[in-house]
Amino acid sequence: MSAPSSGRLWRVAVLSPPLIWTFVFMFIPYSILFVYSFWEQVYPTFQPAFQFGNYLQIITDPQYFNVLSRTLKIALFVSLGAMLVAFPYAYFLVFKVKSAALRQVLYMAVVAPLWVSYLLRAYTWKTILGTTGILNSFLMSIGVLSEPSSVFLYNQTAMIVTLIYVFIPFMVMPIYAVLEKIPKSLTEASNDLGVGRLRTFFLVTLPLSIPGIVAGFTMTFCLTFGDFIAPFLVGGPDGLMVANVIASQFGAALNWPLGAALALVMMLIVLTIVTISDRFEQLGKGKFA
Amino acid sequence: MTTNFAKSSRSGHGKWLGGIERLSWLLGILAILGFLYLPIAVLVAYSFNDSRSLTWPMSGLTLDWYQKLSQNDQLIQAFYNSVYVAVSATSLTLIIGIPAAIALDRFDFPGKGLFRKLILLPIALPGIITGISMLILFRSLGFNLSLQAVIVGHATALLSVVVTLVYARLQRLPASLAEASADLGASGLQTFFLVTLPNIRTAVIGAGMLAFTLSFDEIPVTFFLTGRDNTLPMYIWSTLRRGLTPEINAIGTLIVAMSIVLIFASVLLLRDKTKSKNV
Repeated sequence: MSAPSSGRLWRVAVLSPPLIWTFVFMFIPYSILFVYSFWEQVYPTFQPAFQFGNYLQIITDPQYFNVLSRTLKIALFVSLGAMLVAFPYAYFLVFKVKSAALRQVLYMAVVAPLWVSYLLRAYTWKTILGTTGILNSFLMSIGVLSEPSSVFLYNQTAMIVTLIYVFIPFMVMPIYAVLEKIPKSLTEASNDLGVGRLRTFFLVTLPLSIPGIVAGFTMTFCLTFGDFIAPFLVGGPDGLMVANVIASQFGAALNWPLGAALALVMMLIVLTIVTISDRFEQLGKGKFA
Repeated sequence: MTTNFAKSSRSGHGKWLGGIERLSWLLGILAILGFLYLPIAVLVAYSFNDSRSLTWPMSGLTLDWYQKLSQNDQLIQAFYNSVYVAVSATSLTLIIGIPAAIALDRFDFPGKGLFRKLILLPIALPGIITGISMLILFRSLGFNLSLQAVIVGHATALLSVVVTLVYARLQRLPASLAEASADLGASGLQTFFLVTLPNIRTAVIGAGMLAFTLSFDEIPVTFFLTGRDNTLPMYIWSTLRRGLTPEINAIGTLIVAMSIVLIFASVLLLRDKTKSKNV
């Protein structure tokens, strides 16, 4: 360092924009959100206060408790479903496809839809599953149904299918990454030692791929947990999720304090899951490094 | 195709089992690819459908919906708004994010841990939380909701993406490069533009392209921060409230086409990267 003063100047120039930005647009907004969650609603507006009424309402009012548990349930089903589709696909790519070019193409085939609008990918399911939709009219034209059925759209199943479809790339990517890193010699050695293929899978491949499964699961879970577009498009009256309720508190219901409290509960749940999954990954790293 | 196939094909029975196994893998993978691409095929196909209703079978082919699009001023305005927002937000997030990644990689300063946590938070956090917390901020400051507010919101939410990608590249870049440059008398600014930036170029371009795509498609933050002006996804969203029309399929088809171009561009970039690595 020939000129320490200019070095310091450079450091300040590099550091200040991101520091100021994160302080003004992240730290302060999150703090205000936190403060708002203790305010109280005095219809038709709200006023400063320090009380836990909003949090109490979330816990005691079955309306909010049900929405929270429903969101958790749907996020769980979506993550599980995505995993059941993504794991065999990633496994096939890594262990069964011999041509590197084909593997690349099949990998891109899953990741590419991420570049296509999320909203449109959810919308197309609405056109497929609706009463006057393509699935109904197709089933009628081949004689399976005599009249359009409304069972396909506006329910939790439709939401789960749509969300699996939308978020599946986030599950395939990390699972593929860990499977690819497993040395082929390991499974071969296991086979050579006379261990059956099924047991090799459960004793070698599956344990080594757990960090990828956990990462994909976490990502899919968090994305689903905060989604408010799929419920709006394909969810029914029993399909509202936490994000929809938060959005309505900041919109028509005009109860920002309650919305803020709900958002903080959502934040807490997501951060807890991320922390647990981080710990898990660290554990995995220590074991295999 | 399968490694174990050769082994088990010694006996006729094994050959038969191996065949079954290959077939079921093939059918399974085809089913997954169908699940992934049939909906997109439906989206594209019905943009040419000669009828208002989206039913099977298609009634005939037409380009009417595309013609309608070209006359839809609101839609075209929404498209321009989206381009404006995505370009601005991407530039802003790169200007803030690259120094942030350098700071995280090279500097030690008090509060670094908190800074890292805060800046990476939006990766895991639902977009709606960024949306409402910034809505509250802008409202408390008395700012009007507008496309500019949306740009600030997008730049903040996408910061985590840029920092993650650029930081990962910086980690693989030996610190000795920048040190040598400084020892030879280059200023911090010279080192950045002549040594660091050329070495992280592809990561920066990749991060920029991803940020652009995500911003162009963004709803949760835009939903809370936009004023009277609509972005393209918000326009589609409000149209969906009124009902389904093949016009949306036509927009969708154009977006799919645009995405394909972007995908090819990114694949080409990736190829460029591996080549330069070998040299």
